[in-house]
Amino acid sequence: MSARVIVITSGKGGVGKTTSTANISVALAKRGKKVVAVDGDIGLRNLDMVMGLENRIVYNYIDVIENNCKLPQALVQDKRLKGYLSLLPAAQTRTKDAVTPEQMIELCDKLRPEFDFVILDCPAGIEGGFRNAAAGADEALVITTPEIPAVRDADRIIGMLESMGKSPIRLIINRFRPIMVQNNDMLSQDDVLDILSVDLIGVVPEDDGVIRASNSGEPLTFEQSTPAGEAYANIAARILGENVPMLQFDANSQSFLSGFKKMFGF
Amino acid sequence: MSFFSNLLGGKSNSSAKVAKDRLTLVISHDRTDISPQLLENLRKEMIAVLTKYMEIDESNIDIGLDSNDRETSLVANIPVVRIKRGQPNR
Ligand SMILES: Nc1ncnc2c1ncn2[C@@H]1O[C@H](COP(=O)(O)OP(=O)(O)O)[C@@H](O)[C@H]1O
Ligand SMILES: [Mg+2]
Repeated sequence: MSARVIVITSGKGGVGKTTSTANISVALAKRGKKVVAVDGDIGLRNLDMVMGLENRIVYNYIDVIENNCKLPQALVQDKRLKGYLSLLPAAQTRTKDAVTPEQMIELCDKLRPEFDFVILDCPAGIEGGFRNAAAGADEALVITTPEIPAVRDADRIIGMLESMGKSPIRLIINRFRPIMVQNNDMLSQDDVLDILSVDLIGVVPEDDGVIRASNSGEPLTFEQSTPAGEAYANIAARILGENVPMLQFDANSQSFLSGFKKMFGF
Repeated sequence: MSFFSNLLGGKSNSSAKVAKDRLTLVISHDRTDISPQLLENLRKEMIAVLTKYMEIDESNIDIGLDSNDRETSLVANIPVVRIKRGQPNR
C-alpha cells in the first residue's frame, strides 16, 4: 500500500476544514479504505472531538517525532470502523513550531505504507502551521464558503499550493445556501468557480446536522441521511475517481421548483 | 443582462453580482501584486527601447497586467506612427 496524502486547507479560518476532514475520512473508511485522519492543528486541536475520539488519546505525533513512543501507539483506532479508520492526534499543549516541514514529510512517509489515505486537517492561514501540515501532502482540497473573505483567501492558498507543487488541487464549497443563491443574495457555484478557476470536487449545503454531529462526536457520514452527509459521501466517491454527477445549481434559474429539487440533490 | 432577467430577478445589481464583481477585481490585483511605481518604470523603459526602432504615439499607450485562469500576462497596446529605417540611433 502507498497512501494518497491529501491536505484539507483554507485561507480563512472557520470555513469547515475540520468538519470536512472528519466526514471525508469516515466516508472513505466506510468505502473499505484504510484511512488515517491527522490533526495538523497543533495547540488548537479539534479533530479528536469532532470525530468523538478525545477520550482515547494517549500519545500524539509530537511524541512520535520526539521518540517518546512508537507510531502505532499514537494511532487511535476508531472502533466504529475498526481496522479502517484511525486518528493521529496533535499535541494540545504545544505550538506550531514543535515540528518542522521535514519532520511532517517524514511522518507522512511512515504512514504511507500502512494506509490507503492520509487526510491532513490543516490550521487556517498561510503561516508556518499551514506549511507544516501541507509539506507532506501530494494533493489538496481547498475549502471555501461562498463569501467574499473566504473566496479571496482561498485564491491566495490555491496560489501557494500550486507553487508547492500539490496536484490535484480541488475546491469544496461549504455552507452553500440554495435559497440565498436563488434570490441572488449569495455567490453561486459557477460564480465561485469563475473567480477561482480551479476544479470543483463538491458543494456542501448549510446543514444544522453538522452542529448536532459535532455535539455528539459522530460525523454525518456515519449515517449519510442529511444533505451535508450525502454531499460528503459524494466527495469521497469523487476522490475515489467515481463519476458522481455534480448537480449544477443555476443562480439564473427562475424556477423555484428546479431550485428546490436541486436543493436536495447535492 | 437581459431585460427579462432584470425584470424577474434584478440580477444585474443583486448582492451576489456585486460580490462577484468586487472579488474579481480584488483578486486580479492580489494575483499580480505589482506596484504602480514598478509599472510606471517599466513603461518608461519600454518607450525608451521602442523609440530606437519606431516612432510611437506615447500619449495613447496602454500597458497593464491582465489575469485570467490563474495566469497573468503583460498586455501592451502601443500605437506605431512610423517604423524607422536603418540602424537605430544610439
Ligand atoms: N455545512 C455546514 N453547515 C452548518 N455548519 C457548518 C457547516 N460546516 C461547518 N459548520 C460549522 O462551522 C464551524 C467551523 O467549522 P470547522 O470545521 O471547525 O472549521 P475550520 O476547521 O475550518 O476552522 C463549526 O461550528 C461547524 O459546526
Ligand atoms: Mg479546524
